[in-house]
Amino acid sequence: MITISLLCLPLLAAIFLLISRSAMAKQIALVATIAELVIAVVAAVQFVQNSSVQFLANYSWIPSLGIDFKVGMDGISLLLVLLTAFLMPFIVHVSFKKNYDKEWAFYALLLLAQSGLIGVFTSLNGFLFYFFWEAVLIPVYFLAILWGGERRVAVTFKFFIYTVLGSFFMLLGFIYLYLQTPGGSFDMAALQSVQLDREAQGWVFWAFFIAFAIKMPVFPFHTWQPDMYAESPVSVTMLLSALMVKMAVYGVFRWILPVTPLAVEDWGNVVIILSVTGIIYASCIAIVQKNLRRLVAYASIAHVGLMSAGVFSMNAEGLQGTMFQMLSHGIGAVALFYVIEMIYEKTGTMEIASLGGITSKAPVFATIFLIFILSTIAMPLTNGFWGEFLLLLGVYKYSMVLGTISTLTIVLGAVYMLRMYQASMLGKTSAVTQSFTDVTLQEGIILSVIVVVIFWMGVQPSVFIDIAKPAIENILSPVTQTVIN
Amino acid sequence: MINAAWLIPLLPLVGFLINALGKKWLSKNIVSVVACGSVLGSFVIAAGIFIGLLGGAGAQTLSLGELMNAGGFSVSLSLLIDPLSVLMTLIITGIGFFIHVYSVGYMSHDEGFARYFSYLNLFVFSMLMLVLGANYILMFVGWEGVGFCSYLLIGFWFGDNANNDAAKKAFVMNRIGDVGFLTGIFLIFITFGSIEYAQVFSSAAAMPAGLAVITTITLLLFIGATGKSAQIPLFTWLPDAMAGPTPVSALIHAATMVTAGIYMIVRSNILFTLAPITMEVITYVGVATALLGAFVAITQNDIKKVLAYSTVSQLGYMFVAVGVGAYSTGMFHLITHAFFKALLFLGAGSVIHAMSGEQDIRKMGGLKKDLPVTYLTFLAGVLAIVGLPPFSGFFSKDEILAKVFEHSTVLAVVMVITFMMTAFYIFRMFFLVFFGGFRGSEKQKSHLHESPAVMTAPLIVLAVLAVAGGFINVPETLFGHHALANFLEPVLRPSLAIIFSEEPSHATEYMLMAIAIAGTLVMFAVAYSRYLTKSHVPAASEKEQSFLYRLSSRKGYIDEFYDMIIRKPLDWISSVLNDVFDKNIFDRIVNSVGELVVVGSGVARLLQTGKLGFYLFIMVAGITAMLFFNFMF
Repeated sequence: MITISLLCLPLLAAIFLLISRSAMAKQIALVATIAELVIAVVAAVQFVQNSSVQFLANYSWIPSLGIDFKVGMDGISLLLVLLTAFLMPFIVHVSFKKNYDKEWAFYALLLLAQSGLIGVFTSLNGFLFYFFWEAVLIPVYFLAILWGGERRVAVTFKFFIYTVLGSFFMLLGFIYLYLQTPGGSFDMAALQSVQLDREAQGWVFWAFFIAFAIKMPVFPFHTWQPDMYAESPVSVTMLLSALMVKMAVYGVFRWILPVTPLAVEDWGNVVIILSVTGIIYASCIAIVQKNLRRLVAYASIAHVGLMSAGVFSMNAEGLQGTMFQMLSHGIGAVALFYVIEMIYEKTGTMEIASLGGITSKAPVFATIFLIFILSTIAMPLTNGFWGEFLLLLGVYKYSMVLGTISTLTIVLGAVYMLRMYQASMLGKTSAVTQSFTDVTLQEGIILSVIVVVIFWMGVQPSVFIDIAKPAIENILSPVTQTVIN
Repeated sequence: MINAAWLIPLLPLVGFLINALGKKWLSKNIVSVVACGSVLGSFVIAAGIFIGLLGGAGAQTLSLGELMNAGGFSVSLSLLIDPLSVLMTLIITGIGFFIHVYSVGYMSHDEGFARYFSYLNLFVFSMLMLVLGANYILMFVGWEGVGFCSYLLIGFWFGDNANNDAAKKAFVMNRIGDVGFLTGIFLIFITFGSIEYAQVFSSAAAMPAGLAVITTITLLLFIGATGKSAQIPLFTWLPDAMAGPTPVSALIHAATMVTAGIYMIVRSNILFTLAPITMEVITYVGVATALLGAFVAITQNDIKKVLAYSTVSQLGYMFVAVGVGAYSTGMFHLITHAFFKALLFLGAGSVIHAMSGEQDIRKMGGLKKDLPVTYLTFLAGVLAIVGLPPFSGFFSKDEILAKVFEHSTVLAVVMVITFMMTAFYIFRMFFLVFFGGFRGSEKQKSHLHESPAVMTAPLIVLAVLAVAGGFINVPETLFGHHALANFLEPVLRPSLAIIFSEEPSHATEYMLMAIAIAGTLVMFAVAYSRYLTKSHVPAASEKEQSFLYRLSSRKGYIDEFYDMIIRKPLDWISSVLNDVFDKNIFDRIVNSVGELVVVGSGVARLLQTGKLGFYLFIMVAGITAMLFFNFMF
């Protein structure tokens, strides 16, 4: 019942907004997302820490094709649902000052996207997963193309074509798997227990991987991303970087690792080499970015590259690290885009060179920004540390050379992040930052919530790691077994 | 008492939180009391535990349970209370306390008073975690924490981008070292299945010497140490770090943080003992850094730069000591250096304070009249660092020389040369600052004053320590009994069982002492005649300088060299990747594929608009709507 409530609450709120065209759209959306968070927390409290799927709901949908509306959560799903529910209030709130045209539609679409995301993270049926995967795209497409920046049409178009193309391969993969099931079923358990030979696994692996690689994005499939992050409305940039990226990583957990373990063994090295290349490549490019959002976009590609390398290293550290880093990265992305938006509101620019000296005008704001940066550069006692540490350890266990190269991210990350911080926040004030005002009490409270979570996860990582541990061990054991066999 | 050990790191953390969150509201007095009091509290507890250890209490691990457990990898939240960690704690909180007190005076006019003390307390917390943690992860947590506090404090006056650049440089260079440290930890975990000291060291003790994996682990850890402890090749951040307030230089960049690399090696002594190749590398890096630091210090005209290069050089001494397996000797010099270098930095701060911010020793002179307390205490520091008996530096330096001599005569000769250079640059600075006539402006002259008691009292305490600190480890040659070495013996026992060490004969030791003292006195005479008798003042123009002089004053051109081989190539590669690869190659491939599809769809003209995006969207939306419909009914 909880899973269904989580799915339906944003959906119903969205429908209500679409029908009523309420002038209170902002407030309604915010209340809905906060209510959703409350439900998610209730789920977390009720959750029993084992590998089973809980909060199960199962309705027959298209029985002839083995398609059920079957949803539920294990630890992995729960953490991502929690992440979505925690971040959505911020994603909604950040646009409050925008006063968009047709606000009711804007917020309704955000809520629809949330519903779709919850669907992706809780689906226990391959077809349903695909359905939600595509369903998230629709509101995001409209949001970006209607409320985006100047180049929105071309940029969104590219993103859309690219990602739909990827999903097409995934659909082929699902259909192939479906045909292999005895009696024909899209049920997750049925699809996961399909026994394929090495070659067939290779084909399925690549079909899924292309879809996920474009969405994450893994180098060199990333070119849609910086433009899209720069041109989209801030809520969409957050939605994409914090949550939609995680759909793809989650997809690797759910489909690639359990269904094609032999192919992971065969092709994992290719993927990891691509991912590690992407870490260094994107980090270097981040160093020379002149725009705050584009810089964070490339930083994000680097971080996602590390997650992708970690998840394919197929060891407990790599998978646990990926899981933890999904949370940290999601929170970090929303946090950074949130403060960048505040800078933009106060100065009218995101060009790093025209900023500077903000610390002397707004010390509280600057401190909060610094804490967010510390989290992204994996400073111990922040959430960023544990994820990155485990990921690097996982990759290092897989290959010392690749692990060592990946570890360079701690140097390059410091270079681009501190460079950005210095140029925008330290030194002398510029023309646009001269009258920069510090955070209001309300803004301070909102940002403090993120700060608290950053340190909570940094000091007590086990609270979060333990939730997903049994489920991850579950994924890992068949993988390891097959590899041993 | 030992159960109160958790309070040691906790008190400064609480102090940090109070001052950081309350900085708008708290008065300077409250800020000072909170900041100094929290460190003093930690010191008192540490002293209590120390007395317990002296009384024969054994080492103890205090555990609060598991910090996290991700499959095979787990980290415990525990403190290791043993002679080594307690000794480090005493230095950090003891010297730290006096530097806090001194800062109350030094920073009294700064608007960032509370911010300054919150950073300082955060630093002390991190440094205590570094030395008290019972596993490599907690050491790394502290290690990164002190690096970050160092970043904050170097760039404390953030209005000036020169300070911010120095701060960033320090952080990034340390992170380069951390790549080594981190991968070292990974390899430790892979090799031993744990990162807890207890497991790692007991497994290691059963291993043979010279294993490739242990050599690799120790080399990686040592890379981390070169970053934090400013050794070749990662030392150039430390002189730049002088951009921070002077008490920070004393605490972080002389007495405590920069010795973390030595602590790490001594803590992991069994691993290093099993890796003779690494030990050889450490010895040579240490000797080279000691020599280079002293060479550059000779021509520096900024009082803090002289001391900074001196610190680089003195840290080199410590690495030489641990490199030849004399771990307790390295710790001995770490302690005496903490006393006299903190003293010299605080003395320099008092001078700078009196000179209204002037740091150029060419513009000082004759200050002994106006700053009598600073002068006398500085003199104690000078005699300690050049190593004249019976001042503290004499004992520790002499012990290093004896151990190096055992190892290699050539290196011992290089060390003596370094000692002589040290004596020269120290006396040069001392004479230029305190003797001769005043060379500054009239305005500075009218302003000269001795620092307030809150600053001179710590100077006096540190001076006493710098004078007498050597007596904690007097060698048998001089009728002592190596008290410090005996105290540390339990920590070093596994290594001592392996290292076969022959004590040099008493005659050799007397000879080495005589050489070192004679060398120092010669350099004293040279400096005396050049800077006092002839009243020489270093010239401003480079024209009349010899090649060697310029090599030294330009700091060996190493910053320029690193710019050329690292910074510029990185910028260049980044630009090329951005402008050429990302914008032109990858994106163009993607776009061409896209265009191909668009052209194809244009020909087909299935829909009148001819726009593929719209078409595809309708398709997907249609399918989903259909399925949704199907589901609803």
